[in-house]
Amino acid sequence: MTPFNLTQFYADWATILPECFLLLWACVITGAAVMGRTDESKSGTFAIWTIIGTLATAVWVAVTQDGAAFGGTFVFDRLAVVFKEIILAGVILTAAASVGTVSRLRAHRGEYYGMILFSAVGMMLMVSATELLTLYIALELSTVTLFVLAAYHKTNRKSAEAGLKYVILGGISSAILLYGVAILYGLTGTTELAKISQEIQRQFMGSGSFPPGLALALLLILAGFGFKLALAPFHMWAPDVYEGAPTPITAFLSVASKAAALAAFLRVFFVGGQPAQLIWIQAIAALAALAMIVGNATAIVQTNIKRMLAYSSVAQIGYMLVGAVALDPWGATSISYYAMAYLFANMGAFVCVIAFAERTGSEEISDFSGLSRRSPILAGFFALFLLSLAGVPPTAGFLAKYYVFAAAIQKGYLWLVLVGVATSVVALYYYATVIMKMYFPSEQTEGGFPVARTLTIVLAVSALGVLLLGIIPGPVVDWIKAAAQSFVPPT
Amino acid sequence: MSGLLSWMIFLPLIGAIVALFMPKDNHRLIRGVAFVATLLPLILTVVLLAQYDPSTAEFQFVEKAAWIPGLNVNYHLGADGIAVPMLALTTLLSFLAALVSFNITKRVKEYFAFFLLLETGMLGVFASLDFFLFYVFWEVMLVPMYFLIGIWGGPRKEYAAIKFFLYTLFGSIFMLVAVLALYFTSTPHSLSIIEHIQRAPQMTRGFQLFAFVFFFIAFAIKIPTLPFHTWLPDAHVEAPTAVSVLLAGVLLKMGTYGLLRISFPMFPEATRFFAWPMAILGVAGIIYGAMVCMAQTDLKKLVAYSSVSHMGYCLVGMAAVGSVAGISGCMFQMVSHGLITGALFTLVGVIYDRAHTREINAFGGMWIKVPVYSGIMILFVLGSLGLPGLSGFVSEFMVFLGAFPYFKITVAIGVVGVLLTAAYFLRMIQKMFLGPVAGHTAELTEINFREIVAVTPLAILMIALGIYPALLSNLIQPTIENLVRLIGAGA
Repeated sequence: MTPFNLTQFYADWATILPECFLLLWACVITGAAVMGRTDESKSGTFAIWTIIGTLATAVWVAVTQDGAAFGGTFVFDRLAVVFKEIILAGVILTAAASVGTVSRLRAHRGEYYGMILFSAVGMMLMVSATELLTLYIALELSTVTLFVLAAYHKTNRKSAEAGLKYVILGGISSAILLYGVAILYGLTGTTELAKISQEIQRQFMGSGSFPPGLALALLLILAGFGFKLALAPFHMWAPDVYEGAPTPITAFLSVASKAAALAAFLRVFFVGGQPAQLIWIQAIAALAALAMIVGNATAIVQTNIKRMLAYSSVAQIGYMLVGAVALDPWGATSISYYAMAYLFANMGAFVCVIAFAERTGSEEISDFSGLSRRSPILAGFFALFLLSLAGVPPTAGFLAKYYVFAAAIQKGYLWLVLVGVATSVVALYYYATVIMKMYFPSEQTEGGFPVARTLTIVLAVSALGVLLLGIIPGPVVDWIKAAAQSFVPPT
Repeated sequence: MSGLLSWMIFLPLIGAIVALFMPKDNHRLIRGVAFVATLLPLILTVVLLAQYDPSTAEFQFVEKAAWIPGLNVNYHLGADGIAVPMLALTTLLSFLAALVSFNITKRVKEYFAFFLLLETGMLGVFASLDFFLFYVFWEVMLVPMYFLIGIWGGPRKEYAAIKFFLYTLFGSIFMLVAVLALYFTSTPHSLSIIEHIQRAPQMTRGFQLFAFVFFFIAFAIKIPTLPFHTWLPDAHVEAPTAVSVLLAGVLLKMGTYGLLRISFPMFPEATRFFAWPMAILGVAGIIYGAMVCMAQTDLKKLVAYSSVSHMGYCLVGMAAVGSVAGISGCMFQMVSHGLITGALFTLVGVIYDRAHTREINAFGGMWIKVPVYSGIMILFVLGSLGLPGLSGFVSEFMVFLGAFPYFKITVAIGVVGVLLTAAYFLRMIQKMFLGPVAGHTAELTEINFREIVAVTPLAILMIALGIYPALLSNLIQPTIENLVRLIGAGA
């Protein structure tokens, strides 16, 4: 036990201050909600205060110095900054998109925003965790709050069902993950990722073969992450939860929660599991291929837009993990860039669904027919986001796909890239079908409608993100690349 | 004038954005914007032709700037003897097609916005010297095309639009894979088309064959060569007139242009290897296209299938890889087909607007009722079937002249295509224009001034190139000699 060192103590807490601040802010918001009146008109106020706190945290994150804290269990590096900013951007967009949804709740309007912030704190800790127990606790903090949020429409059967399903499957996946962690601890005697890597190197590299226990541990952890990421074949919960949860929460779940899990995945596998890559890299390639095939093929037959987007996000995770076969800066950069492009495109797409459902009360794809006449702005935005998800230039989605495919080709995974490109044609089919319904209606539909102002702002910000990341990606690519290079050394 | 190519490419895009901000119901104003936005690139084309130095094969008007430095992506433009005629053809046909589009009354603003975006994409493809940029423009074009067919098309527009989109995307993703492979096999990693041409001798035979095939799939779908042609009749028949003009006049040329710009100089060994199969595919296209034309009753479909046949000549010409005459013939055919087919589609649109049918059997004796229209139509039909003195003859003659020494029997079979072409066109002329006035001919009114203006430049160029081919061959000669030298099969 190292003796208490006051300087070290301050340094540790300085590194984690942004998280502490956001945690405090979450408590204040929740406290205010419990103490004060939270009638319908207050939804906007709560959203504004949530956004202010999150923005402050985002700025704080941007100016915080790199450093490690608490004996190396928590690290604040460039990769953490990239993912924290993605998560915080997700929080801001979600909070803004929630105003209408929350004002229609019967009670607990303010706590909704508090929950989002608590979840965000968990996610931020998760992307910085370099030790498996810290990682696990952070993961639980973010997931448990999401259980609550998924079931927030508690009188709605689908929402309640979504919450319950999410609790059960989330619990099982956490258990699986923890089981893998336990075995890994048994083999290496540590939970610190860097030391795990060294131990694997020391114990097993010389012998040339890996014990089945190590493979089991890594695959269990991979399966645990698979659930969190909704990666096929662990995606079964996603469509039901996505459909039942309040739509802003669905967006939050699909964007921020995935980004956090992805960052944790990068840390565990690119650092901890790096010497044992022979074991897991083929598994990742197979799962990525499966996710792209299953996600895209199943999305085609969906009639509910949220379910379609759920399956599409299963496929999107598959594309992101294509980049994971390259254990170098290329791979890490491509995944991070994809996560960022996906943030804006998927968030935007779900906000379009929110805007549409607020006016028409429907989430059926067939009801989007003729939207380009009823609300040209909304149809235009939705088409843009769908094209970005499909990977059509000049949107961010194109460069993201280009990047992950490049990472895989560089490592010689031609078959995986061919699966990827072939399934993107399938993906384009169902995205284009929605666009077709909006723009080429078979019969005339009447009734134009406006889009709520806050939603329009969220849509405009997302659209700007999608276009800027696609047209002038230079600065962002450099930023992410620098982060990835500090995280995994070039091979 | 610096940035000449950039201005040419992006003026239509600026026009598209301006058009979007115009009041929706002021059709005159929007048409005015489209008129100016297509006229200016045409004027710049004249400047381009005046400043172009035809005595060298070097790229001219080169512009280069870093775009995404992290990925070695450059904004790199330039034009040589292959690109300049294509750029000129594109700006000319776009301007004329904009004139043709003035009779569009449905959703005029969106129409011209998509139309102008399409022009930007087309010009970008012909001027790009960076693979990434080339691919972006290549794909960007698909989106406006999809909407133009899908919203303003005929009865089966949805089917045609999505078929076109998916088919072309399917082809281009193969190109993407090949581009990535090229990128990672080069040191330092490069996306420059020029640099890859320079390193062609270092590429292994196996790699060349692989890359050639992948690029060929993308380009063959666009041309389209025989097994990949099925999207073309659907797209053409459903597309509005002006879009058919651009589709046939410009988009099909992108396939042959891509082969000449990328595949031939970059993979010379593979080019020599695949020359013979290309000649076979070309001849098969000529014969098959012509036979299908014989059976058509719809005039637009007839012109569409005649494109399959005529693009076959291009392929035969370029398959004579060691012959300047053959490849020049291919270039001639590209320009000549663009001029003639562009005009033919415009003229088909003229009668469809008036009679609302394109059935060949629904007309008769048009020469009596609408003599001016008939005269113009017959002039272009004669050009298309290769009457000496018009540009079609020059190109067919050069193609066969160049290809005969290499593929004697194949070319001999191909020449039969000329006969078949004459047969189906003369049969059409006989049925529609000769004999007594019959069927819907009574409803026709004479071609109007705007429509005459739209086809006159094409007629003048067709005759000029037919009488004085040096007009074009001077422009392309050094570039093609250089190309033949690069392929290294010179006789």
